Amino acid sequence: MTEAHPRDPAAQPERTRLAWRRSTLAASVTALLAARLALREGAHPAGLLAAALVAAAWLLLLATAHRRIRALAVPRPDAAPARTLALATGCAVATAVCGALLLR
Amino acid sequence: MTAVLFPARPGRPAGPITGRAPGSAWMDRVTGTASGRLRGMTATVRLWLSPGRIRGEGTTPDYRFSLANERTFLAWLRTALALIGGGFAVVQFLPELHRSFRTALAALLLASGALCALRAVHHWVRVERAMRRGEDLPLSRFPAVLTAGVVLIAAGTLVAVATGWASR
Repeated sequence: MTEAHPRDPAAQPERTRLAWRRSTLAASVTALLAARLALREGAHPAGLLAAALVAAAWLLLLATAHRRIRALAVPRPDAAPARTLALATGCAVATAVCGALLLR
Repeated sequence: MTAVLFPARPGRPAGPITGRAPGSAWMDRVTGTASGRLRGMTATVRLWLSPGRIRGEGTTPDYRFSLANERTFLAWLRTALALIGGGFAVVQFLPELHRSFRTALAALLLASGALCALRAVHHWVRVERAMRRGEDLPLSRFPAVLTAGVVLIAAGTLVAVATGWASR
């Protein structure tokens, strides 16, 4: 932060950055549980496919969070694009759908 | 479902909203007709995916309000992820439960989680739009409905386990 942009006393961008980090942590736990469910009966094609999709959704969420965190590293960040948040939501829903298809 | 995601709004004079003809989707949502609700929902869903569109509404609020809205979205997303993770945990770590009960419980949790995630982004759009238009923030029944759902699931599971009905 330069002197032209004094530090925000409420640390809003930093709190938002940490909220994204917490969310990626929660997504990591969920993805691990989903992968364990997919692969617990050995490596059969359906399980491998589900595990790959869950991993892809997790990586997409990590990339989305990383991009957003970088966009927050300015004094007065713009509001998040709706697409970013829709993408994060899509990753969570995709994980749930993959898991639901594995239920028997 | 529609009632959950779109609770009826109190009537509001359309005075401060300029540039919108009567009969637009927004006007219909205010008057609360079913077709207007449907069009309002479609318009909101379009806002999820088009970053430029929401910026066309009203004026940009203080960035701190937008960031607070974003953190609220993320908190709901984590709630959704916790429900989804709970579904995965139920199906893997409760081998004493009857299989059909376990699967039903997991499916219920996964569905709740997915719904919660979709509602999170939907509510974010509604709040962002209300802030840009200088309106009151939207009301929502979803927290109460989710609370009731979680309490019912927990109570049902407790009864099923205590009576031995859920054991195999």
